[in-house]
Amino acid sequence: MEDEKKIAAFEAKIAAGNKIEPKDWMPEAYRKQLIRMMSQHAHSEIVGMLPEGNWITRAPNLRRKAILLAKVQDEAGHGLYLYSATETLGIDRTELLEQLHTGKAKYSSIFNYPTLTWADIGAIGWLVDGAAIMNQTALARGSYGPYSRAMVRICKEESFHNRQGYEIMMHLAQGTPEQKAMAQDALNRWWWPSIMMLGPSDDQSPNSEQLMRWKVKMESNDAIRQRFIDRTVPQADFIGLSIPDKDLKFNEATGHYEHGPINWEEFFEVIKGNGPCNAKRLKARTDADKKGRWVRDAAVAYAEKKKLKAA
Amino acid sequence: MTIQEAKFQYLLRLGDSSLIIGHRLSEWCGSGPILEEDIALINIALDFVGNATAILGYAATVEGNGRTEDDLAFLRGEREFRNLLITEQPNGDYAATITRQFLYDVYTYYLYEALKSSKDETIAALAEKSHKEITYHLRHTTEWMYRLGDGTAESHERMQNAMNDLWMFTGEMFDMDEVDAILIKEGIAPDLNTIKEKWEAHVKPVIAEATLQVPSYNFKQKGSREGKHSEHLGFLLAEMQSVHRSFPGAKW
Ligand SMILES: [Fe+2]
Ligand SMILES: [Fe+2]
Ligand SMILES: [Fe+2]
Repeated sequence: MEDEKKIAAFEAKIAAGNKIEPKDWMPEAYRKQLIRMMSQHAHSEIVGMLPEGNWITRAPNLRRKAILLAKVQDEAGHGLYLYSATETLGIDRTELLEQLHTGKAKYSSIFNYPTLTWADIGAIGWLVDGAAIMNQTALARGSYGPYSRAMVRICKEESFHNRQGYEIMMHLAQGTPEQKAMAQDALNRWWWPSIMMLGPSDDQSPNSEQLMRWKVKMESNDAIRQRFIDRTVPQADFIGLSIPDKDLKFNEATGHYEHGPINWEEFFEVIKGNGPCNAKRLKARTDADKKGRWVRDAAVAYAEKKKLKAA
Repeated sequence: MTIQEAKFQYLLRLGDSSLIIGHRLSEWCGSGPILEEDIALINIALDFVGNATAILGYAATVEGNGRTEDDLAFLRGEREFRNLLITEQPNGDYAATITRQFLYDVYTYYLYEALKSSKDETIAALAEKSHKEITYHLRHTTEWMYRLGDGTAESHERMQNAMNDLWMFTGEMFDMDEVDAILIKEGIAPDLNTIKEKWEAHVKPVIAEATLQVPSYNFKQKGSREGKHSEHLGFLLAEMQSVHRSFPGAKW
């Protein structure tokens, strides 16, 4: 149905390195794919507030408490910003949230793991925000204007989170033996989920040539994962923590680290909803939604009363 | 009591109240009624934690025993905390959180306004910074007082219930003792009777415009000046201090 001329013009624009803006014509498949990706990203930001929010009330000192509050505030801000960017594609936040609450939309698999100790807050900032940056710097070069601009802005804050997370780990690694053990334990638990969160390996998820051509997908999952591993392993070495992968080795010839087999079965189980916290996270979101309904209703009723009075 | 001792006690009252109400607000993280409110609550909690850090840091300096703001926050027990009772009351529903915040914000709005002209320069400078933040907090909570008080029948009822439950904790905000007497004389702290007048003149019209009633009872809870708290504080501190106390002497 879609006019071939329109598609040709759309693709030419992307090939020339121009951005597609909300008012521009776009193929339906492009719009759908972006809504899926952007809303999944927005949902990840707000679901991600839960495992980290867990530790705000227990942060070990006032400085760490303030830094964690500021980080979680940033993540909520990212969520808001991404929902607005997704709305430019002709869908509203209420509908997007409904998709999250009914399980129709996904969020990052990583937030279905529990935060068990304070060191997990360091591990999340260092590894999870670190992995997210690898993915998002690629997406910042994508073709859809509002998403690409959102990525540029968000990446700056994620880098900040990444540094702060690493700083937490560094303090723990240089601390008492118990603190160091706590840091190593967190790394042991978060390493594999972090490298899995970048998505299935390329042979299991062939990147459609079309999505690459449309600059919706910029790089393959395995390529992004490789960059993340290459960057993170020396950081672990530097603070004296060891990556929980006995097969990990540096290949002098390629200049890259080679990792052991990834347990994709676990990844797909978590995606299906069977991770340790899927049910808990979803329930926290739907409970908040239900608990907040009367508040939102009151705000609407009050605004209408005010409008009537002004009229 | 020396001026220094009075100042230390007074700073604990200010700093502990900020710390505890900030803690309560941070408990909302991720479960606010709408994303914009999640952001606002975290932002306000962050202001309180920042304020508490600065004030308890100064308290530690005034005390001069080598304690730090973290020692004061994480290594004191229930009976040593001097936060106002209203700040430790549980979040309840959003009506209770907003009402608690409104009653307290109006109080700090006038208190910190007065502290801006404290003869203690450090207190004056801290008050200057905080007052800007409090002005924003108060605008936010006042808007929600109207929205929820004059929103739907359900929101109105919830707000009136919250007001009825929390009003009893407002009396002690204006209690004065030897600490206040010494600091008033030195021009360091204001007379809370004048703050009380301003508080009442501010709170009552907002409550009326929100179509709510000021509770008719006169009964007031008190005790925070002597560290006599409600049962809620012990649980809050157990949570807040758990990691810090589990690793004595550790650096974070
Ligand atoms: Fe984020
Ligand atoms: Fe982040
Ligand atoms: Fe603020």
